[in-house]
Amino acid sequence: MTVETGTQVSEDSFAAIAAAAGDEGDVVGRSPWALAWRRLRRNKVALAFLVLFIIICVCCALAPLYAHHIAHTGPNDNHVGEFLKEGNKKIPIISQGGIKIVNGQTKFTPGGVPIGPQWFSAGGRFVLGADTNGRDIAVRLLYGGINSLKIGIGSSLICTFIAIVLSLLAAYYGGIVDFLIARFYDLIWAFPVLLLAIALGTALSINGFHHFGITIAAGSLWIPTLVISYVLIPYVGRPLRGQLLSLREKEFVEAAVAQGAGPFRIMFGELLPNVSSTVLVFFTLIIANNILTEAGLSFLGAGVQPPNPSWGTLIADGQDRISTAPWLAITPGIAIVLTVLALNVFGDGLRDALDPRARVRIEH
Amino acid sequence: MSANEPLLEVDGLKVQFATEDGVVKAVDGVSFTLEKGKVLGIVGESGSGKSVTSMTLLGLTRGPNARFEGSVRYHGMDLVKASESQLQKVRGAGIAMIFQDPMTSLNPVQKVGDQIIEMIRAHEPLDKKAARQRTIDLLGEVGIANPAGRVDSYPHEFSGGMRQRVMIAMALACSPDVLIADEPTTALDVTIQAQILELIAKLKDEFGTAVILITHDLGVVARLSDDIAVMYAGRIVEQGPKGSIFYDPQHPYTWGLLGSIPRIDQPKPPHLHAIPGLPPSLIRPPQGCKFRPRCPHAFDKCMEEPDLLARVEQADHLDRCWLDPEDKRNRRTATIRPNESEEAA
Amino acid sequence: MAVFVIRRLIGMVLVLIAVSFITYLIFVKIPGGDPAQRIAGKLATAQNIEDIRKKLGLDQPFYIQYFDMMKAIFERRLVSYQSQLNVVGQIEAGMPATFSLCIGAGIIWLTFGILVGTISAVTAGRLSDRLITVLALIGISMPVFWLGIVGRYLLAEGNPFHIFPDSGYVPITQSPVQWLYHLLLPWFVLAVLFIGFYGRVLRSTVLDTINEDYVRTARAKGISPRRVLLRHVLRNSLIPIVTLFGLDFAAVLGGGAILTETVFQLQGVGQYAAQSITTLDLPPIMAVTIYATFFIVFFNFLVDLLYAWLDPRIRPT
Repeated sequence: MTVETGTQVSEDSFAAIAAAAGDEGDVVGRSPWALAWRRLRRNKVALAFLVLFIIICVCCALAPLYAHHIAHTGPNDNHVGEFLKEGNKKIPIISQGGIKIVNGQTKFTPGGVPIGPQWFSAGGRFVLGADTNGRDIAVRLLYGGINSLKIGIGSSLICTFIAIVLSLLAAYYGGIVDFLIARFYDLIWAFPVLLLAIALGTALSINGFHHFGITIAAGSLWIPTLVISYVLIPYVGRPLRGQLLSLREKEFVEAAVAQGAGPFRIMFGELLPNVSSTVLVFFTLIIANNILTEAGLSFLGAGVQPPNPSWGTLIADGQDRISTAPWLAITPGIAIVLTVLALNVFGDGLRDALDPRARVRIEH
Repeated sequence: MSANEPLLEVDGLKVQFATEDGVVKAVDGVSFTLEKGKVLGIVGESGSGKSVTSMTLLGLTRGPNARFEGSVRYHGMDLVKASESQLQKVRGAGIAMIFQDPMTSLNPVQKVGDQIIEMIRAHEPLDKKAARQRTIDLLGEVGIANPAGRVDSYPHEFSGGMRQRVMIAMALACSPDVLIADEPTTALDVTIQAQILELIAKLKDEFGTAVILITHDLGVVARLSDDIAVMYAGRIVEQGPKGSIFYDPQHPYTWGLLGSIPRIDQPKPPHLHAIPGLPPSLIRPPQGCKFRPRCPHAFDKCMEEPDLLARVEQADHLDRCWLDPEDKRNRRTATIRPNESEEAA
Repeated sequence: MAVFVIRRLIGMVLVLIAVSFITYLIFVKIPGGDPAQRIAGKLATAQNIEDIRKKLGLDQPFYIQYFDMMKAIFERRLVSYQSQLNVVGQIEAGMPATFSLCIGAGIIWLTFGILVGTISAVTAGRLSDRLITVLALIGISMPVFWLGIVGRYLLAEGNPFHIFPDSGYVPITQSPVQWLYHLLLPWFVLAVLFIGFYGRVLRSTVLDTINEDYVRTARAKGISPRRVLLRHVLRNSLIPIVTLFGLDFAAVLGGGAILTETVFQLQGVGQYAAQSITTLDLPPIMAVTIYATFFIVFFNFLVDLLYAWLDPRIRPT
């Protein structure tokens, strides 16, 4: 093993890097954002995964169109006891089972097995099969995707926003404000995160939230969204506060203070722009993290409430049927893996582009 | 080996790095020789390739994105083409190095003594106890008080100057015949700088070590060097014995460097001279003489790059400038000694 | 040093009080309605509800209720509202399964994480590095419970490969072989995410460390590349990994393995917590929260001590 990143002088990689440089020439006098954009543009893998994420979002957004015009069903519509016509064959959506005598032998087939993936042989109906209630999995997958993405992106927005505001306040005012905010982060940090999220999710899904003049209905998507954003605040807030505290000591902030800039101007005009690349990377990676958290919460029944679908609830629904109808649990899992993978790869690329030596990391 | 026999011969050394912005020609055809017990000063701005040159001598710049040309002869070996295991034997034992920033150049989680012992034992078949004793002696030698107690301290328990002394002790631990000191005083306080330079001067005589002293500060080389090479944009632009360089500098860049030093033996100039402009890009260096865009004396011929030749009476004083030596002697006073030129005017 | 330890211990107690009190508030205040009614069930008479209220002290002010409950936990006499079983006893019953799962998985993820991260960094840019990077990214993108379900389906339930027993926990005292056999799959399922995560963190830390000045010094000393890697690069790169491991391991012990326990039907503390939360059974929820928070604050403390030991620069003097 060697420590150097390769001891031999490799002509190939030298040539490869040199060729990748193209003829755009020197770096002198370009803004950091322009440089980052150029690096990102060269990172084809990261861009490909960004496109994948956008495609997933667009597909989910088109779910109602697909449901009405192609699958002819809604996400929560049951089709138990119905049949699918294929040519002149009638296939039950949920198999009826029973006893058959084939070649003199009695064969028992268990009932209640939903129809498997039809791909496009049924004209767009039951492309990915049905669940035990005869609901169209493809439709539920897309609608579930809407919920999962809404919660993932929404909670990331809220969580990042709160973490930014709190960390800015802590860095700007220091003293007692900083002390309280730091202790607040420590406290959430000390909680068993998953237990806290499940506890909050369950407690809130009983009767909803009716305090301080705020009312949230029990089955609302806001519950998992807010729960996830709340428990993850310190994961963004702690590193951000550290970075902002050291920026606060920098001369350019002193200069702004000396010029008579107000607190708002210093926090959002001077401090925030200097952590914007960190925030952007955090935001991307935390969406990925939050989609996974949502799936876990919904899987345990503390997230999206039935019959509403989300990728997590779909996996939970399919769990018991894994041996007879494996597609029920496998397809939503693949949807999660692809989405989260896309965000992680793009987030990595973004981090490398914005600051090749960044130490920004989500400690999951 | 006689005193004049070259210990280290660098010939046409080129180092290029592929980066995302293009190929950086960090060192572009550098040649020099180092004789036993002599001190060679390499002077230049940051980015002139002086550190890359010195690190390349020990193979420390090797990597997948680096490309080398030329040769470095050392004891019958070509260090540019040597294998990693051959280099490993040279590093520390034959050629040792002191780095610029003593604050970051020592492993923060290892005791300083252990860092020196580790090196001694890599090259010599000594047991732990003997290596430790030698380490304590060395620490005493470089002027660390209570070396037997300090050997078990961590780097953060030393001041910057003390850490640089530790670095020097480490570099001399295996009595190398070449010591490369890469900006050894830049990160230190002025008073400490002088002490460290004196220490290097003292030890070089004691150990008979040849030294390559790399610095941006002509004041530092003035004290220690026998010969001086001035580097600019990856090339040597002027090279010669110290006296000759100081009293008859030939390259306008050298004049600029000399002019940037405040001198107390001269009346205070109206302003300290600074070289205008920025060092050139190493990816797309300017055509012809690399210093041309910043040179107040540039003329037509400078679009063609001059070779490194002896242009004055002294055979070992080389430079890369098209100007006539006589003409230069008149022009340079304006840069180096503005007062005198004003008086003359 | 003693001052540091005492200060941290006081801090730990304060955090435990704060966390348990907030948990109490979440469950008493948020769901709304009458808790006695909820416990008594839909068919209870007014007298039943009144009895329950008296018996559980629900007619007291809530801070007294909180205090009583905490006292009952530490006197080991708190019982569940639903099953009437002693909650501390139930947690203790779940600990062997949870500890077996977490310790095994922890060893696996630490070992493989370090191995994978080091190989990846040392061969940066080459095929092995790219392969590891892709696998690690997939690893951290999979929901652990989904991986468990698919793993069980493929490897344990008979189709297509029947390699592992389906699920459940066999105590090590009963049969060490069966214990190992039943836990292998859950261990790896739980470890995958962390292997990917640690591998990525270590890779980038090693690549940062390789560029440090002191590593250049070490190479210039002429010591073997192997020694440079182990004594200088890895020794320094592993410091953040130690921190991460302490925190993650505590989180997993304190209920973070809830999803894995549920999927593999390991009757551990996590699953006990999950069941209690679904039925809003306050006493076990409080007890599990305290149990979990204890591990988190304790390991946080341990990590700080370990950190000071590993990095002489921050040793309190």
